[in-house]
Amino acid sequence: MGDSVYIPSAASAVPTAVRTKTVTLRHSALVRITHWITTLCFFALLVSGAELVISHPRFYWGETGNDLTPTLFKLPIPASRNLVPTGYGYVLPDQNGWSRYLHFQTAWVLVFTGLLYLIFGLFAGHFRNDLLPGGALSWRAFSSAIAGHLRFERPSESDAWSYNVLQRLTYLFVIFVLFPLVIWTGLAMSPAFVSAFPAAVTLLGGQQSARTLHFFVSLALVLFLMIHVGMVWLAGFRSRMRAMITGRAAIPMERT
Amino acid sequence: MSEPAPGKLSRRKLITTGLVAAGGVLGLGIAGRLAYKYGLVPPDHGGIYGLGETLTYASQRLLTRHSLAREFSRSQISKPPFANEIAPLNEDFKRLQAGRFADWRLSVDGMVVRPASFSLDQLKSYPSRSQITMLQCEEGWSYIAEWIGVPLSQVLEAVEVQPQARYVVYYSIAPDWWESIDMADAMHPQTFLVYGMNGDELPVGHGGPLRMRVPRQLGYKNVKFITHLTVTDSLKGFGKGLGSASPEAGYAWYAGI
Repeated sequence: MGDSVYIPSAASAVPTAVRTKTVTLRHSALVRITHWITTLCFFALLVSGAELVISHPRFYWGETGNDLTPTLFKLPIPASRNLVPTGYGYVLPDQNGWSRYLHFQTAWVLVFTGLLYLIFGLFAGHFRNDLLPGGALSWRAFSSAIAGHLRFERPSESDAWSYNVLQRLTYLFVIFVLFPLVIWTGLAMSPAFVSAFPAAVTLLGGQQSARTLHFFVSLALVLFLMIHVGMVWLAGFRSRMRAMITGRAAIPMERT
Repeated sequence: MSEPAPGKLSRRKLITTGLVAAGGVLGLGIAGRLAYKYGLVPPDHGGIYGLGETLTYASQRLLTRHSLAREFSRSQISKPPFANEIAPLNEDFKRLQAGRFADWRLSVDGMVVRPASFSLDQLKSYPSRSQITMLQCEEGWSYIAEWIGVPLSQVLEAVEVQPQARYVVYYSIAPDWWESIDMADAMHPQTFLVYGMNGDELPVGHGGPLRMRVPRQLGYKNVKFITHLTVTDSLKGFGKGLGSASPEAGYAWYAGI
């Protein structure tokens, strides 16, 4: 009831010895729609965010930082502003206007998509059934999942219809830690937002700290994306893509 | 066993989705009208980024109408403050600079009862105020300085703004450099016409002799070399009607984020 994994009731009547495959609903429509909207948002935010970084590829810690202050680190790239000391003899074109417009508009879309997903996840049991490890959170489950990765084993058939404990914890971390953090550190850079909620920036150690943290959380999200796509590739790109687009996955019958 | 047949489920979902969509469209229409009425729609609301821009401006207006920009301690002032590059200044400016800005004038017109022109000395005759706040550039860098000047609200009270006024447009002596803010920012206690910095005169590199200081918005709203203010109820007749020179160059009119 309300489960995102829809199992036809007739399936249980089929003898387990019959090794045919059936097609079942792997991902609910809402998970699929929010997944692909998030994907689009992710790329728009990444491209516009990278453009914004290029205008000042220097990072600081604390409240303030500029061309006259020491950096925490610098990116070894040219800049789109000629005052920034980069060591390059040329200046890239300024793309900040549309990048800022696109970055914030996309952030709104992402926030609304995220809220829809959170409400669905809470009330339709998606978090409870698909993501919370529950009984799966044991050292055995952990060590077998990690050992499997270390042996470069292809994901088992059962991974096609349910997440293992590592996947569950990773998705939970991305949804409940990285996404809230990237929104928080982003808002902490807004002078108007922090005028109403100063703790949003002081808790992070200052406005430049918020900017630096925003950069690192974004990097963590990019790292997640690379591993996520890599694992989808290893697990079978076509079948996993089909599951996330059409919602359907081929399931071996003996799993019951 | 108790799962409803997929067909029935999707029909119910279809009806629910339709109702939600219709309600959403109706709600958006009403929200749009209310937003216009309460001044929550920015002048650059058209175009593909208009929706995001409107959401940002409207939500920040609702959350921050009276909030105060963060102020810092004297020990946090950046030494030396970083001045962004400015285009070479024109002959008008150089002439005024040669006269130590004695002839610098700030003219105020538009929807005011008593249009006026202020010299720097006249502006300095008002009780001077100071704030130690951060100037943040949209590029990512920032510095903290003490800004000394007269609150814009004081000048606006002197010329008596008419009740239908909604925006203050302000111009630099440098051509094509102009911005505007809504009345919430114009009357805000930290919005200053700045003539001093860190206990001294405001350096030319930082916009001296007169700079607009809007500490709840990014650097580019803090226009340098201010000579002219116009109070208005609509931004349609100014430039391309997008609110300021920034949207004409591709940047958002509202820069609270």
